[in-house]
Amino acid sequence: MRDFGRLVRAEWTKFRTVRGWVLGTVAAAVVTVLLGLFVASNSISSCSNGTVDIECPTPPVGPDGEPVRDKFFFVHQRLAVDGAITVRVTSMTGLITYPPPNHDQIVPGLVEWAKAGVIAKAGTAEGSRYVALMVTAEHGVRMQHDFIHDTAGKPAAVSAGAPRWLRLTRVGAVLTGEESPDGATWTRVGSATLPGAVELGLFVTSPSDLTVSGGVGGGAVQARLATATATFDHVGLTGTTPGGAWARADIGAEPGPAGTVHHPGGVEQAGGVLTVSGNGDIAPLVGESGPGVQLVLIGLVIGLIVVIVVAVLFVTSELRRGLIGVTLLASPQRVRILAAKAVVLGAVTFVAGTAAAALVIPLAWGVLRGNGFRQPELPLSTLARVATEAGLLVAGTALLALGLGALVRRGSAAVGIAVAAVVLPYLAAVIGGLSTAASDWLLRLTPAAAFAIQQVAPEYAHVLASYTPGSGYYPLPAWGGLAVLAAYAALALGLASARLGRSDV
Amino acid sequence: MSRLLHAEWTKLRTEAAVRWLLPSIVVVTVLVSLLTVAATSCRREGCGVDPAAVSLAGVRLGQALVVLLAVLTIGGEQGTGLLRTTFTVAPRRMMVLAAKAVVIGGLTLAAGTVAVLGCLVAGRAMLPGNGVAPPSLSDGPTLRAAVGSVLYLVLIGLLALGVAAAIRDSTASVGAVLALLYAVPLVAAAINDAELQRTLRRFAPMTAGLAVQVTTGADDLPIGGWAGLAVLAAWSAASLICGALLLHHRDC
Repeated sequence: MRDFGRLVRAEWTKFRTVRGWVLGTVAAAVVTVLLGLFVASNSISSCSNGTVDIECPTPPVGPDGEPVRDKFFFVHQRLAVDGAITVRVTSMTGLITYPPPNHDQIVPGLVEWAKAGVIAKAGTAEGSRYVALMVTAEHGVRMQHDFIHDTAGKPAAVSAGAPRWLRLTRVGAVLTGEESPDGATWTRVGSATLPGAVELGLFVTSPSDLTVSGGVGGGAVQARLATATATFDHVGLTGTTPGGAWARADIGAEPGPAGTVHHPGGVEQAGGVLTVSGNGDIAPLVGESGPGVQLVLIGLVIGLIVVIVVAVLFVTSELRRGLIGVTLLASPQRVRILAAKAVVLGAVTFVAGTAAAALVIPLAWGVLRGNGFRQPELPLSTLARVATEAGLLVAGTALLALGLGALVRRGSAAVGIAVAAVVLPYLAAVIGGLSTAASDWLLRLTPAAAFAIQQVAPEYAHVLASYTPGSGYYPLPAWGGLAVLAAYAALALGLASARLGRSDV
Repeated sequence: MSRLLHAEWTKLRTEAAVRWLLPSIVVVTVLVSLLTVAATSCRREGCGVDPAAVSLAGVRLGQALVVLLAVLTIGGEQGTGLLRTTFTVAPRRMMVLAAKAVVIGGLTLAAGTVAVLGCLVAGRAMLPGNGVAPPSLSDGPTLRAAVGSVLYLVLIGLLALGVAAAIRDSTASVGAVLALLYAVPLVAAAINDAELQRTLRRFAPMTAGLAVQVTTGADDLPIGGWAGLAVLAAWSAASLICGALLLHHRDC
């Protein structure tokens, strides 16, 4: 073991005394930081109300601190303590408005996550806590609460022939959701807590219909306004003021330039039948809260190429100059030499990558906020995680390049292969214009999978959004992506050891 | 000059790496095009797939091998010190670089033509099955895209040769050229300032040069096809001139 320590020291001395390698490593970190700042300072947030430019609004924040969308039509009464609401949903229809210029028309149809049902909400402020039980257009009955939590009930949509009964009961702070096909046999969907007085009632909303084309930072997302309308009857309330009137609120609706709401929701009451329509969504805000980590780390692509060159030179220049003969004479166990090189290079590039990411992310975040982006603060724990994993991405790439250099011996070919393996799949996935499925496969199978470390926002199965690599959503979790890269690096180093052990230098 | 050309041709011809690099350019380019074409589908009317650009997508990876080939022609000699011998025998260093440029240009032209024809065959065979019209060489814009792609590969080879002559280290040269080609478009895509993005795309060698592949919706492009190739040609010329001047003025 002491022997190996000496080998590592010898390799470290070699590395730090070659000016080009040290400068190259420093340059990789500096380029990463500068490019991140360059891109951030050239990203401008612009919002408009009609034709008037306005400061971008700050999205409401949910109970867990995440930005949310909280827009729906609400018909409600106050519930102080215990109580319940029972309804029957007999129909759900919708309209999708295709914007000009290509499709200036309104067609009937529902977006898959259009929602209609019963909800208990802690007041009518956007972002306040809630528990809701609903039917959706294509995802059956769902029980959702506090934006990020979603439980599935039975599948199938509603119609006049197959209505759905929903019941939300509160005992103490616990709300329980139940569904029934006939109002007689009830199935429990789930439960959640919501203490204090609540507004209890009916709601309808529908997210926009989305089409997405790729690109870093989200690419072009085309959203078509969609409105949903649902019919409720057999409305039963307990625990509220008997005979109380319904209050109505278009939660989250914003007036346009003329001072009126552009697409207001509404309710019509005829006897015991209420027809409610609304648009919007009750969900975490996905992909609209500003540029993410993958944008400010864009400089990594150049930093990685520089690191690849340094890593390859670290082994090939010794092979070429014949110094390896002396090295091997001094320490005949060849594989351990490669291991010592890997230790030194891995440590140096890990430090450089971590430092660069830890520096550029908060700096660029500040620049973006100064440019009007209302993105949430990145918690220190997230920053520490991303910075460390960025260091691992850089170190893993360096080790892959080291292995390739020792394996193919020719520096130019090794650099070409390493760049083609790590950088190009990422490039193709985010700006190659490929389908999301093809991009996802590239980022599962190639060493570029490790770019998944850039994802900081979770993907929500119950929110329709553009979950593409270009907008910061990767098919593998960060550790999975790093594992793929590590496997490739281990393979290259393994093959290189085999060759080094076998062949004459 | 013809003796210089003959010498360069002999050097390159007998280099083992060239014997697999040339076919690799063709195979890799066509293979990537095949995969891209297979992954392209068009289910509704007017989905905006450009048959020529999709069929020629392999050029984006094939160019990396062209860079390797070009760097090899001068980097190999620099690495072994053979360049000193070459310059002793042929003291007019600019002419040596010119001869290398001609040989590289010729080889890339040949390999590029075969590769581009292969890409078009792949596109013709598979695109109709995916609901996209096949590219045809009798169509003017498609012919321009095909010829332009071959010229693009030639110019990339010359660009890489100049960089390698200037940097004198083949490993670093490959890294520098690939960073210039691939990283700039990625950075450009990340910027949401539309004006700056267009400017970057207009002047980056890869995005400008590959504009020639676009046959549909060319109005939104930051630069026209031939103008884009001219931008790339300016890059190649500048890099060759820098390389030649450095070769001329410094000890090797």
